[in-house]
Amino acid sequence: MARVVLTPNLSQLAGGETEVELTASTIRQLLRELGDRYPELKPHLDEGVAVAIDGQIYQDAWLEPVPPESEVHLLPQIAGG
Amino acid sequence: MATTEETRARAVRPNLTWVGTRPVRPDGVDKVTGRAKFGADLQLPGMLVGRMLRSPYPHARIRSIDTSKAEGLKGVKAAVTRDDFEDLPSEFVPAGEMLVNYRDMVRNVMAREKALYEGHAVAAVAATSAAVARQALSLIEVDYEPLPHVIDVLEAMEPDAPLLHEDLVTAGVEPPPEAPSNIAKRLSFTLGDSEAGLEEADLVVEREFTTRPVHQAYIEPHACVANVSEDDYAELWCTTQGHYVVRAFCAKLLGLDISKLRVTASEIGGGFGGKTVVYLEPVALALARKARRPVKMVMSREEVFLASGPAPGTHVWVKMGATRDGRITAAEAVLKYQAGAFQGSPITPGAMCAFAPYALENVKVTGYDVVTNRPKVASYRAPGGPMSEYAVECVVDEIAKTLAIDPVELRLKNAAREGTRTVYGPKFGPIGLIETLEQAEHHDHYRAPLAPNQGRGVACGFWFNIGGESCASLHVNDDGTVTLTVGTPDIGGSRASLCLMAAEELGIDFEKVQPIVADTSSLGFTFLTAGSRSTFASGLAVIEATRDAVRQLCRRAAQIWELPEESVRWQDGCARSEESEDAPEPLSLAELATVAGKTGGPIVGHAQLNAQGVAPSFGTHIVDVEVDRETGLVTVVRYTAIQDAGKAIHPSYVEGQYQGGAVQGIGWALNEEYIYGEDGRVENPSFLDYRIPVASDVPMIETVLVEVPNPRHPYGVRGVGETPIIPPLAAIANAVESALGIRFSELPMSPPRVLAAIHEGAGTA
Amino acid sequence: MTRLHVSATINGDPVEFLCEPEQTLLDVLRDELQLTGSKEGCSSGDCGACSVTLDKRLVCACLVLGAEVEGHSVETIEGMAKGNKLHPLQQRFLEHAALQCGVCTPGFLVAARALLETNPDPTERDVRYWLAGNLCRCTGYDKIVRAVLEAASDIRAR
Ligand code: FES
Ligand code: FES
Repeated sequence: MARVVLTPNLSQLAGGETEVELTASTIRQLLRELGDRYPELKPHLDEGVAVAIDGQIYQDAWLEPVPPESEVHLLPQIAGG
Repeated sequence: MATTEETRARAVRPNLTWVGTRPVRPDGVDKVTGRAKFGADLQLPGMLVGRMLRSPYPHARIRSIDTSKAEGLKGVKAAVTRDDFEDLPSEFVPAGEMLVNYRDMVRNVMAREKALYEGHAVAAVAATSAAVARQALSLIEVDYEPLPHVIDVLEAMEPDAPLLHEDLVTAGVEPPPEAPSNIAKRLSFTLGDSEAGLEEADLVVEREFTTRPVHQAYIEPHACVANVSEDDYAELWCTTQGHYVVRAFCAKLLGLDISKLRVTASEIGGGFGGKTVVYLEPVALALARKARRPVKMVMSREEVFLASGPAPGTHVWVKMGATRDGRITAAEAVLKYQAGAFQGSPITPGAMCAFAPYALENVKVTGYDVVTNRPKVASYRAPGGPMSEYAVECVVDEIAKTLAIDPVELRLKNAAREGTRTVYGPKFGPIGLIETLEQAEHHDHYRAPLAPNQGRGVACGFWFNIGGESCASLHVNDDGTVTLTVGTPDIGGSRASLCLMAAEELGIDFEKVQPIVADTSSLGFTFLTAGSRSTFASGLAVIEATRDAVRQLCRRAAQIWELPEESVRWQDGCARSEESEDAPEPLSLAELATVAGKTGGPIVGHAQLNAQGVAPSFGTHIVDVEVDRETGLVTVVRYTAIQDAGKAIHPSYVEGQYQGGAVQGIGWALNEEYIYGEDGRVENPSFLDYRIPVASDVPMIETVLVEVPNPRHPYGVRGVGETPIIPPLAAIANAVESALGIRFSELPMSPPRVLAAIHEGAGTA
Repeated sequence: MTRLHVSATINGDPVEFLCEPEQTLLDVLRDELQLTGSKEGCSSGDCGACSVTLDKRLVCACLVLGAEVEGHSVETIEGMAKGNKLHPLQQRFLEHAALQCGVCTPGFLVAARALLETNPDPTERDVRYWLAGNLCRCTGYDKIVRAVLEAASDIRAR
């Protein structure tokens, strides 16, 4: 089970949950699981979020494996100048 | 947890031949001889001159636009207005890794219901000469209904402020507010319990800061040439940080197939984030499609200031607590950033960055994205970071001074390190902040004596860096040279870095690698040159493409030798088989290239990837200033920029990033600001009145390159371009404080403000 | 509008062109003569990207009218290298990485050459004040100043 931590803004849309445990083998599965569990989150997940797995930030990386027992954070996408 | 030393050992590759050297860049000669073609340098036969009509009002309803008289003028070949662009729905859709609201973009490119800032494009013409185009603009009749405007971020948040968008409801607030406002978004990040953390503190410092809006001020104005054939095949030449992104935006705004729009990136004369969006390009394409002739559009400097990419003015409130021995127990901040006419200020990264240099247990950051009657902001080097980190670094300095602890010592005590949890969630991997602080502490600059009226300041900075989609192709030519094709426009020497990595991997001379930035039809999608990603992400693609070519070279050698492929390896530019008595003579790249046609055809390495594994870059700057008490002029007399590069591929260009970023930060701290009149119009849209630093304003910028490698990159690269603009703002404010004993909470610290503060006597200005 | 006929010397060659009375030298160079090495950063004399010399005097081409160069001699960046030999300034700019985007570079080179012609042994301060009319947003000036100082010593050593 991965432990997914939500930022305050996302947690508002997940019924106030700040942490969610779920099983997913890839980032895509993880996002789909979350969207199914919290429909209000779904549009935000579809818009695109960055995902940090054990500290490493991934952007647009659906197929990245999510190891069991990993700590996952959903973050806003980061751009730059 | 790995120590830094172990990390170093993990990622540093010994015996590098090319990486880390300083050859002359491949495009250098073209740039010192005037050959290099920038955005405005292309001429096509039959080319028309495109010109934009812009709103004189900061806020006005547009009742009607009549272009008929202009179109009747001899020599006018086309005119376009809002009617030539289809409206698009309001939704944030991913467009090449960015979230884009096309409803806003189509309105920013050409005003629809309202003009939302002075300089907002209202109509455009294409004519046979500049003179005719100018005359045509004067014949366009626009019926405006001027509306009250609001520029300042705090005023825009007032309940009775003039509304820019009657349907804008604050996002990020549950339940959503019923009434519209100028607050587009509220967001927050929390870690631990900041209230409890403040309770623990012996000292609490609470301050408010204001920074003025500034511009990227690239020297080359926006420019493009568009051409659309009778079967709607479109070609666009433009100065941009990302021509694939320009293609995506323009195709959408004009309803073109992506495959029927070929965008070529010119050489680019600076961008700093400001050339990641479109202004002229869709309009030039629309004009060219109407006129069926090439159309060139170039912004004047005034248009650049009025209608392109500024960075937001901000208001930042910070509260931090510390124990007597200098441990920071809690930190809170509230950030309010101007978005300009449409939502999307860099409030999110601003909030994420604010406290990033510190290992803190209790943090709370709240941010507001606020629309105002200014151009929609564009990215500017570490977008959002300089303003929030400025405020925090000033408060940290005040804590240090109040507790009589050396400011570097205080930072070292609280510095983020590998394993530190960030306010946005994840923990840092290996980072080099402590190394930069230690370098600062031991630098002779930090101990050098100061003259009267001089003061010294330090500050840290942090930026994430990004990866993203990149392609690269490597063509092995039959004379043993190599052509390297990449998709990231080269804004500051990235072609040199990319060629160095290719030469290193191939084991051939740097001179034998010739790079080219491909047009959008010649190579797969590649994201912007932004977020300090070119050397990192395009670099990964180049390394992959090179390794692909090496695999092919080894296979050819194996076939020639009739040996198993596994027995062949690539070393020092040659295919070699296992050491044995009768090992064949190694085959060089040139030898294999000559016979490529006979052994299966051309050798081409290719890679396409979405680069992950970015690592942030931290920096620490030291600055000495001298204050003239008669005039209020603050002069930077010595400057040292220390930053973790991960690995400097071409150290000269890494130093150049540190130096250039530092001087932009000096401008932001001391001089640069948009000045607005009561009428909401910009009073200083020229380089004469918006004064960026010149050579005589600054000293040499000393640099120290710290290299704590990024373990996720084959050479350890982090990305270096953005961090250097962050520390100068606070470092200079802290230096002025030590010179004068006056803490400025407002930027820029321009002579009139400094003089007024001196006259008021000590205290907060 | 009648166009004016102008004869001048540009980079040592006799050149004739037609221009509008209000057309600037910069427009003439770029649009009529295809000498696009001189850049337009402001068209108001504030950025120096358009620096050229007029009878050896450093000017902003955006502040000179095309018609004014009748009978005079103009030197632009395109005339700086002689054959395949780069000017020492060009060489040192390359070696010192004194350019990032390079759009300011032609102006800096032309201005720096004008400096070294009047002052072959400038101090750092001389260089900084002389080049204060040329804006560079990328480099922070450090490497530019070093390149100019070194090119000056190259030229003196010749
Ligand atoms: S274009 Fe002539 S000085 Fe700027
Ligand atoms: S190198 Fe870009 S403006 Fe000077």
